[in-house]
This record gives sequence, C-alpha cells and structure tokens, in this order.
Amino acid sequence: MTLAIILYTGAIGLLVIGLAGVVMSSHLFRMLLGLVIAEAGANLLLILAGYRWGGAAPIWQAGQFPTTMVDPVPQAMVLTAIVIGVGVQALAIALLIRHRHYSGTLQRTGGLNQLQADLDREAGVRHTRSSDAPTLNPLTEVEHVH
Amino acid sequence: MADPLMLWISALLVVVMWAAALSALLLKSHLAAVVSTSLLSLGLSLLFVLLRAPDVALTEGVVGAGLSSLILALALIRLGLVGGSPREREVLSETVGDKPVTERGSQQ
Repeated sequence: MTLAIILYTGAIGLLVIGLAGVVMSSHLFRMLLGLVIAEAGANLLLILAGYRWGGAAPIWQAGQFPTTMVDPVPQAMVLTAIVIGVGVQALAIALLIRHRHYSGTLQRTGGLNQLQADLDREAGVRHTRSSDAPTLNPLTEVEHVH
Repeated sequence: MADPLMLWISALLVVVMWAAALSALLLKSHLAAVVSTSLLSLGLSLLFVLLRAPDVALTEGVVGAGLSSLILALALIRLGLVGGSPREREVLSETVGDKPVTERGSQQ
C-alpha cells in the first residue's frame, strides 16, 4: 500500500513537473525538456495501471503457468509510446531549428516579434513603441509611413 | 512485492527521478539539463524492471536514455546552446561535423 502511494505520487509528480515546465518556461528548449519529463511520467502511470500486486512478468516459459501475471497490454502500449515519443522529440527539434533560422533566437516571444516586424515592413507601417511595451491592443498601435 | 527492500529502492528511484526532472528544468547549463533528462530515463528504466516489465525497461534504456539523449545533444550543437566561448563552439563543431544555425537562411 505504501509502495503504491510512493509510485503513483512519483508518476503524477513527474507529469505535473513536466507540464509546469512546458507552460512556464520562457525558452523553447526547456519547453521540449518539459515535454520529455511529462512523457516519462505518463509512461510510468500507464505501467502502474497495468500492474498486478504480486504478479509475475508476462513472459511465458515452457511448463510454467503463473497464477497471477501483470497486464501485458499497457506494457505493449508504453513500448510504442516510448518510440513515438522520440519521434515527437525529433520533430520538435526540427521545428526549433527552423524557428532559430527564422527569428535568430529561441526565446518564447522571439518568433512573434520577428513575425510582427516582418509584417510591418511588408505592410509599410511601423510601430511607435517597443513590441514589449504593455499595451491593451498592440496590433493597432501603429503609425503609417508616408 | 511488499518486501522492505523493494520499498526503499522504489522510494530512492522516485526521489532521483524527481531531482533529475527539477534539475532539467532549473539548471543554467543546457548540456547539464540534457544529462538530467538522460538520468531521468535511466531511473525510469530501473523502475520498469522492478514493476515486472523487462521489455519496456530494455526499450526505455536504449531509446529513452540513449537515442533521445543523443538527439538532444546533437540539437544542442545545431542550436548553438552548448559551449561558453566561440572557440569552444568551433572545436565542438569541428569534432562532430555540424555547425550551429545563427542567421536567417545561412549557417555560421
């Protein structure tokens, strides 16, 4: 019982830490690491859901039929999820490289600032104040260039 | 499953995994953060062995702790997040044969 509490707390804690990292990071690479952490917590939670207390590993050996066995279906799902997770990670890294190409930075608001600057230049308008200044509606605070 | 050795090993692994997760998000060095992620995957792999899932533990150890960390470390070089001085970055790029992406549409 104590063991179950420890393990479930560990899995849910990892999930919470990872999601907090995704939401609260200001650097895009930290967001990716938060995603990796949350994925580890989710995998542990799935394995725990299929665990039977006192069960044997789901490997059939000739002549031995275990009375209780842990559920092999969540294990197969987690096996797939681990590999898919690495694929998602590689895709995210490719997006980060493109983002760095585009905006030259990996800060969370860097791409937005670069996009706004590009749009302003193409439209022939310019901002009268810094893009980081606190405004109610930053997209309307522009001045036409004649 | 209820023996005290199992309990203590699981508690230790959970503490190590939490510490690795927190340090991956809080450490200043990006390389140290990637190493912490690898440590997290390693602890998870050991925990899978205790939870009677040896195949998942094998996959997590090879793919999660090995391949994933390799991809992240190579991405660190490509993103220019590793190496404090420009000279250090130059040596790293020459060693691995990859260059960091800095300016729009061109490689440094």
